[in-house]
Formats: sequence, structure tokens, C-alpha cells
Amino acid sequence: MEKIIEVNNLVKEFNGFRAVDNISFSVAKGEVFGFLGPNGAGKSTTIRMLTTLIRPTSGQAKVAGYDIATQAAKVREQIGLVAEKIILYDRLTALENLMFFGSLYHLPRKETKERAINWLKTLEMEKWANKLTGTFSTGMKQRVNIARALLTKPEVMFLDEPTLGLDPQTSRSIRDFIKELHAQGVSVILTTHIMPEADELSDTIAIIDRGKIIALDTPTNLKARIQKEKPTLEDVFLELTGHDMREETHENIPSARGRHFLGSKSRIR
Amino acid sequence: MKIIFQIISDSIRMARKDLLDFSRDRMQLVFFIIMPIFMMIMTGFIFPTENSLKNIPLGIANQDTGQLSQTLTQVLTDLKTSDNNQVFEIKTYADSNAIKDAIKAQKINGGLYIASDFSQMIQRGQPAEVSIIPDQSNPQISQILTQLLQQVIAGTSTNVAQAKVGEIIKLTAIANPQLSQADPAAIIQPIQSTIDNLIPGKPNYFQFVAPGIMALIVMMSVMTGLAVSVTREREAGTLDGLLIAPVSRLAIILGKAFSQTVRGLVQGMVVLLLAILIFGVHVYGNWLIMIVLMILGVFAFMGIGILVSAVASAQESAMTIMMTFQFPMMFLSGTFFPIQQMPQVMQYISKAIPLTYEASALRKVIVLGAGFNAVWTETLILFVFGAIMLAIAVPTFRRVITR
Repeated sequence: MEKIIEVNNLVKEFNGFRAVDNISFSVAKGEVFGFLGPNGAGKSTTIRMLTTLIRPTSGQAKVAGYDIATQAAKVREQIGLVAEKIILYDRLTALENLMFFGSLYHLPRKETKERAINWLKTLEMEKWANKLTGTFSTGMKQRVNIARALLTKPEVMFLDEPTLGLDPQTSRSIRDFIKELHAQGVSVILTTHIMPEADELSDTIAIIDRGKIIALDTPTNLKARIQKEKPTLEDVFLELTGHDMREETHENIPSARGRHFLGSKSRIR
Repeated sequence: MKIIFQIISDSIRMARKDLLDFSRDRMQLVFFIIMPIFMMIMTGFIFPTENSLKNIPLGIANQDTGQLSQTLTQVLTDLKTSDNNQVFEIKTYADSNAIKDAIKAQKINGGLYIASDFSQMIQRGQPAEVSIIPDQSNPQISQILTQLLQQVIAGTSTNVAQAKVGEIIKLTAIANPQLSQADPAAIIQPIQSTIDNLIPGKPNYFQFVAPGIMALIVMMSVMTGLAVSVTREREAGTLDGLLIAPVSRLAIILGKAFSQTVRGLVQGMVVLLLAILIFGVHVYGNWLIMIVLMILGVFAFMGIGILVSAVASAQESAMTIMMTFQFPMMFLSGTFFPIQQMPQVMQYISKAIPLTYEASALRKVIVLGAGFNAVWTETLILFVFGAIMLAIAVPTFRRVITR
């Protein structure tokens, strides 16, 4: 099978702390790859490396055939990112946001606009196109945010907790949307803490803990490992990562220090 | 070539987005205008000038009974400001100790003691002494007060001298008729000075302060604005959206720099317009040179802004770092106080601050109508400083932003 992402011995250290410890895996083209792990396990760090937002300490990775370190600009043309924080400007309208981010990919203006309006229609956000995104609810923002990531028709979509903080209706529509992307052949890297969501959507699941990948298989195979009546993915996850809550601090990680210290990292699930 | 064009067009897109975003922030927009107004008003009005002082409580202890000391106190009582207010509010005390006590109680801002032998000494042709007692807790007022009193005393002194010299001339003219035409005033002060101004009118403090505030505001909006803008995007997460797009890091930082340049220039212009319309400042120099100087100022401070935005992870820390830099710059750059009045050490420090050159160049052009040939040293210093800072800042930004 054709590989869309290949990761070899990837390491990321922050001031001597190994956030990602020598991981290797590959993602087949067109699959939904569930990337799970407790808080601070190294998920976000891995995704930030694969999206060229941070540089690996050592090891290589290829995304859509391009090296993340040496061909970062090429990688960027092929990827879309929905991160934990919504990437939209509050004081720009939904359409202005899409037009601005589209323009960074150097698409013709007319085509960007067509695509933007199409996405807003698909996501039922059309009548809000000319309203400031700052006035939107989290669910509305997340829909525009997804439209932004998809505007450039990326080959690989990185979805970092896309349903975080959304109501069941919006979460449902976003999950349907991921399935739709899957059907269209877009490769999706999905991180989530919601186990049924990962189970429902993923073709392959990787579980990362303390910077290392501790399991990598299909959801069915993973569940088959558990000696239990009707095992769930949550059982697998807790079996592998233990029941202890994670209380390590991440003061060495700039992203944790700067971005997340009041955000999702400090929540206990 | 194509890459350069791409970078520039990308950065213009970024700048347009920033300005659009900024123009919709009403709160910021209001303060954008109000801040320069405040600054002008504060610096323009709170500093004491001889005109702004009136009804200063002055204590006089006159132990002399003669005519001359009466004249002196009368002159002080009648002294008027240019807008016809009493300068002094005279209070009478018994002796110098009473005056000192009154100063300690802050009832008066200074005092004048005239000894009992004042008139007698003058009559005898001996030096007569009066003592000025300043309020040292208030250096600004006491300096002005001392100057005023010295002027009045010198004036009275000259009057006495003229009368005496006039008598001497009369006496000697009997023996030497040539002298009968002599002017007593010219004998006492043979050299008279006149002031030949470069620009008409009296010097105006606003005229001095306005160019400095323009320079200061351009600097603050570029340095703080840039750093805050980048850290705000970092906190909001939108910076990631820019970083994963196939645009050069250089275009991102240039875009920020462009939008801040526009903001800085607009704000500088707001200061200038306020200065002209409200505070009666007149631009004597060439507008084009002035605008070029402001753009140069932006260029000079941009590097520091980029450097801080690369290092600071949050808006608050960016602000704190900036305040640490800007506060000393504000006071040592000669924006509010002339550098020549500072102690030598401070003058050296002020020479190391780029804002000093920006303020001085703008002042030369605006107040004195200087041409480019008068400000080229400042121009060169600002350009070199800006280039060095950018050479350090841009690679640092590119490295740090994706650690």
C-alpha cells in the first residue's frame, strides 16, 4: 500500500526532556489514523513536527513524499491542520478568514472564493459568511475552522481533538464529515480523548505513551487482545496506559508552557 | 526574483489582514487617538513655565525701614505675568527664621530677607545684601522663583546704579565736558545683547516636545505593537495557521512589520496634526524629509520588536520586556527634557539610545526648518542601528519560531 506518512526514529527533546522518544510508524494513503495517548504522551508534539511547526531533534519523517525537515515548504502545501486552538481571526468575517488563509496558498482569488462559499454551504454556515467569527459559538467556529483547513484540498488532514468542547450535534456532524473525507480518499490523522470516536472513525490506531508508541493496530485487533466480554477501545487504552492520572509537568516544553498551561493539558480526564 | 516578489506579496496580504483586524477593534482605535492627545497635554501643560506660574506665595521679611527696600517689595508685589496675573502673593514675616518655618509648613514657596542695614549700606556706597530663601523640596518652582527674584533684584540694583552713576557723571562733566553726553546705563552695561531668532516668535514648549512625542509614539507602536501582535497570534493559535501555510517566515514577519509601520506613521501624523491644530506648533521644515525620518525611525525600532516577539511567549511578558526598554528611552532621549541639562553620565547613555537621534532629527526639521544636510548623521546612525538589529532579529525569529 502507498504510504502517505512515514516516520523513522523520530525524537524531540526539550531541554533534555524527551517528549517524543524514537518513534516509527507509517500511515497508508487514504486511511483515518487514530493517534491516541494520555495527556502529555507526545501526541501534539508529534503532530507539530509532522506539520513542520517544530523541528525534530533527530530522525526523519516524510509527509506526502516530502521530508519534513528539508522540504518543509513542500509539506506545507499538502497538509491541513485543525489544532486544539481554532485558527481564525475573531475580527474577520468567516469569508474573509477563508479568503485570507486561501490566499496564503496562492490559489486564484476567484477559485478560493468559490471553494470558500462551497464549504460554507456544505457546513451549513452560508448565512454567516459575512459575520465576524468572534461572534460565533464554538461549534460554528470549528466548522469554519475545518473549512479553512480543507480549502486548499490537502492530501493529509491533521485533526487535533476536533470535537473538543463541542455539543453532541456539532460533534456528530464533524464525525460525519471525517467519514466523508475518508470516503473522498483524504488521509486523516486524528487525535482525540474520546475512545468511541476513535473506534468509530479510525482504520488504524496508534497509542502513544511517555513518548513511545505502545500499540499500533486496527481497532478490532486491539480489542481482541482484551480478555473481556464486549471489550471497548477504552478498555484497551486503560489496560495499556494504566489507570494512574498523569501529573507530570511539562515545563520543559515550550508549547506546553506558552500555549496550553491553562488549556486542555491541565484537565484531568 | 520570483521568490522576492512572492515574499513581498505574501507580506502585503498579512499586513492587510492585520490592519483590517486592527481597524475593527474599536477600543484600540479609540486609544490609538487618545494616547497621543494625553501625552501632548501632559507634557505640554504640567511642566512649569514662567507664564504658567501665578500667585506664588512668597514670604518677605523686611527689617529695613528705608525707601529702597520699599521700592523692591513694591516691584515684587506689582510683578505681572504676560497674561496679567499677579506673579507673587506676598506674605510678610518678621525675620528669616519665620520665613524658613513658613516654608517648612509649605505656606510659601520661597522667601526674601532684607536686612535692617539695606538702605543704609546703599546710601554709603557699600554692597547691600538681600537673601533669597528657596523651597528645596520643590526644585522646579524654586529654580524659577530664584531666577525671578534675582532678575528683580538685579533690575532694582541697576536702577540704583544708574542714579548713582548719573550723579558721578554730572560731577565729572564739570571737569570733562565730553562726558556730559554719556549714558549711565551704557556705562553700567556697556554691551547690550539682542536675540536674533531662527524662527519667529517665542520658543514654545509644545514646539520642543511635539517632534519628540512623534518619535516616541512611532517607536512605541512599532516595538510594542509588533511584539504584542505576534505574541497575541501565538496565544490565540492563529500563528500556527500562518506557519503551516506555504509562505516564507520572512513574509510573516515582514507583514507584521508593514502593518505596524502603517500604524506607527498614522499615529505619528495624529500627533503632528494635534500639535498643529490644538497646540499651535508650526512645521518649518520639509514634510517629505519629516516623513522619511519617521519611516526611518520605524525601520530602526523594528528589529527590537521582532526580537522581543520571537523571545516572549505571552503578551504580558512582551509588554514587560518592552516597558523595561522604553521607559529609560523615554526620559533619556531628550523627548521631554533637553539632553544638555542632564548630568554627563546620562548624556553618554542618551547618546547610545536610537530614539535620541530620531527625536533630534525630527526636532531639527520641524522646529528649525533644517534640510537633509543637517540631519544626515542622525539618518545614518538610525539606518545602521536598524540594519544591525534586523540582521540579528530576523534569523533569530526564523529559528526560534519553529523550535
